[in-house]
Amino acid sequence: MSMKATIRQVDSVTVVDISGRITLGEGCAQLRELIRGQLTKGNKRVLINLADVTYIDSSGIGELVSAYTAVTNQGGELKLLKLTQKVHDLLQITKLYTVFDVHDDEAKAIASFGKS
Amino acid sequence: MTAEPSVVEVTLDSDLKNLEVVEEMVRRVAGTAGFGEESEHQIEMAVHESMINAIWHGNKNDPSKSVWLRFEIYKDRLEIRVRDQGNGFNISEVPDPCSAENLLRVSGRGIYLIRTFMDEFHVKHLPGSGTEVTMVKRIDPAH
Repeated sequence: MSMKATIRQVDSVTVVDISGRITLGEGCAQLRELIRGQLTKGNKRVLINLADVTYIDSSGIGELVSAYTAVTNQGGELKLLKLTQKVHDLLQITKLYTVFDVHDDEAKAIASFGKS
Repeated sequence: MTAEPSVVEVTLDSDLKNLEVVEEMVRRVAGTAGFGEESEHQIEMAVHESMINAIWHGNKNDPSKSVWLRFEIYKDRLEIRVRDQGNGFNISEVPDPCSAENLLRVSGRGIYLIRTFMDEFHVKHLPGSGTEVTMVKRIDPAH
């Protein structure tokens, strides 16, 4: 199953719901284009919902880092929502859990933008 | 004396499309070997990362090349070998992806994950024929 992403706007935050696989190749390229597209539109508050991600590899983790860096470098904020246990474990192992602002509740995540 | 292992061996075209085929194979082999769900996922990820290294870095994404994969199921462990047709790499030159200066790098976490998930990881350069990595996961009788 390849990656699927849908975008919705909640207040000033762009929420990206991702499902499927974020792996080397199609999934990573799709995520990169998507983030680039949002930044081009001036959407610099991005919340990535990973609840339905079935598989992520080291390239997928790298793509999340790339997205974080791209958004942050433009003065924006990128946060993660609803990590699966496997994604949570991978972020812990790679010491990236403390880099990302991770939330379990969407409303609280949306409310946290612009406050940090 | 070590009993003869059960062996599964396959040669695949060097194509990322084969990754999901390999993942299914790993699940079956790991299940047969007696690993639990968590270990099975760790082995799956380790083989996935090794296959990516072989296809992408070793064989330079050349679909005319091949990746050779061999599973040996012993009573106490699973040994997995992945061989590509590339020129190899120096394991000591692979940077630590968790150090502060590398934490935000986009790539370079694959081997770290393999080492984290498997009990042993070795790299052998085979002059003229490629690079072979060997990964071992011991079967914990408690699981």
